[in-house]
Amino acid sequence: MSILVDKNTRLLVQGITGNEGLFHTQQMVEFGTNVVAGTRPGKGGEWVLDGKIPVFDSVKIAVEATGANTSVIFVPARGAADAMFEATDAGLSLVVCITEGVPVQDMMRVRSYMDQKGVRLVGPNCPGLLTPGATKVGIIPGDISIPGNIGVVSRSGTLTYEVLFALKQLNMGVSTCVGIGGDPINGTSFIDCLDLFEEDPNTDKIVLIGEIGGSDEERAAEYIASRMTKPVVSFIAGQTAPPGKRMGHAGAIVEGGSGLASDKIRALQAAGVSVARHPEEIPDLLQ
Amino acid sequence: MKLHEYQSKQIFSRYGIPIPKGRIAVTAQEAEHIAEELGGRVVIKSQVLVGGRGKAGGIRLAKNPDEAEELAAQILAMEIKGLPVRKVLVDEAAQIEKEIYLGITNDRTARKPVMMSSSAGGVEIEEIARKEPQKIIKTHIDPLLGLGDYQARDIAAGIDLPREHWKSFGMIAHGLWKAYLDCDATLAEINPLVITSDNRLLALDGKMVLDDNALFRHPDLAEMRDLDAEAPSEIEARKYGLSFIKLDGNIGCMVNGAGLAMTSMDIIKLFGGEPANFLDIGGGASADKVTAALRIILADPNVRAVLFNVFGGITRGDEVARGILVALDEVKTKVPMVIRLVGTNAEEGRQILADANMITAETLADAARKAVAAAQAQPTKGAVS
Repeated sequence: MSILVDKNTRLLVQGITGNEGLFHTQQMVEFGTNVVAGTRPGKGGEWVLDGKIPVFDSVKIAVEATGANTSVIFVPARGAADAMFEATDAGLSLVVCITEGVPVQDMMRVRSYMDQKGVRLVGPNCPGLLTPGATKVGIIPGDISIPGNIGVVSRSGTLTYEVLFALKQLNMGVSTCVGIGGDPINGTSFIDCLDLFEEDPNTDKIVLIGEIGGSDEERAAEYIASRMTKPVVSFIAGQTAPPGKRMGHAGAIVEGGSGLASDKIRALQAAGVSVARHPEEIPDLLQ
Repeated sequence: MKLHEYQSKQIFSRYGIPIPKGRIAVTAQEAEHIAEELGGRVVIKSQVLVGGRGKAGGIRLAKNPDEAEELAAQILAMEIKGLPVRKVLVDEAAQIEKEIYLGITNDRTARKPVMMSSSAGGVEIEEIARKEPQKIIKTHIDPLLGLGDYQARDIAAGIDLPREHWKSFGMIAHGLWKAYLDCDATLAEINPLVITSDNRLLALDGKMVLDDNALFRHPDLAEMRDLDAEAPSEIEARKYGLSFIKLDGNIGCMVNGAGLAMTSMDIIKLFGGEPANFLDIGGGASADKVTAALRIILADPNVRAVLFNVFGGITRGDEVARGILVALDEVKTKVPMVIRLVGTNAEEGRQILADANMITAETLADAARKAVAAAQAQPTKGAVS
């Protein structure tokens, strides 16, 4: 069992003919993900990966032809919002946007529209999702994690890989790993994932990896204190980050005294969460 | 990207927001001429991208053109919080009856733009929020609908603005919303918006921050970037598509991924060291990116050791190791390098590096410890030979 993606995922890749799109489609197929279609306006009718995956001009046509239910977006930033609107209108239930650098006002419009239509978004600026042993949607390396009972949710990419790999070294497996992305305005939040993990019978413990900027970790802490029965372990990156500077991720910035790592750590600890001083302490805290 | 006051006000003016008459001067003499044109009484305002210009003496009232010249000369010779004053804005002095705050920013929690207004203008919004939060009216704007006329009226009423000003306030609020939207701003702020003694609304000061991720659709605005406000190394890094932030410590960091880069800084500090920078070389770790990054890190004379922390996922550890060796061959240095590779094929990668006499580490903690020790053992400045 898992959350959001599993064996029933029928994946559509938006931007399948680009370098990134094609490379990661191959990785996903090798992992066992059921990639049913791709889109690239103007290239409908072509096939990629030795004729295994059909390319369509639009998401709507691709969905009608293949029954895709989930989309992953590799479209460059200037077209990413349009790709998300298109996926929403085509009736997909889950949209995962990998693209980094989407303008924040675009994201506010996208979120508003998707919320009205009841479509779930993961990302943007995220590595996507991995359910070890079943499916992966996005770019998380497939071989750094094994199936298990730990749910992982994170705002980061390689830092998440670190944690997955450290868990694997100790034979600790993962139910699903969700990279929710490092942008200030994104889709699925920490709370959304905590809620799904709490309901998932195959997840027993949760790792939450946060970072400076915004107050999603503080709200997650409130949620954990009031609703969660499963134990949560956390790590927050950016304790040494100077204020007013964007630390790589568009959303990782301490502004006007808010978004500090120390405030997030305090809030999580007050909610009964064990907070690791560095990521290598996470496996110990889970045991 | 932050815009200067004069740039922000010029943009506001294009959207129908009334601003004082005034112009930019780069010499004291120019300031005198502008003051003469404007009729004598002017405000001389330093144009630097930091807060607290007034407190630092960077905003002064001149009663006549001679005084304008004198004060402009003083201000143009100043440095405010480390930034040189290269330009002053010479604005007609306004007679102020009342100061109001009006701004739009992105509310991360609500995931919507929020218009904020207060009758307690003239001080920073953070200060109003601390001292008199009840005096801030917050109105969320649906990004698909835009600002409603009724919302602008509600705000005017909420800050007890006399009814005679509602119409012009509405036009200013809509102008600010349009400017925010069209420029892809993350902040558009008028502070103060004043009621003058002849009963007009006037935007005395303006501030805009633009979304760096949206500059691709605003080449004209991108050109307004003031490079004074950034460290030269940060400007250099941007050319190579590297995300770099200079810090004050002595251990250089080169990491793939922003979250892991922050974590590497944090763990150096945890083990008693001080990071010299934040640097995300992005996914993979190609030899040319590593070379560029290494040059930028080693250009900082404080750097006594460098910590490489690379997670090999789809880019395998052995490929990363070979890339690093190519880069080190290119950038010859005596600064000790501590390299930690983890992930797929990390073992092979570490072997390649160990054969080349590099200090390698397996865990993050081990790498941080070794980097701190290497920096402490390095008494003199490292140098690129």
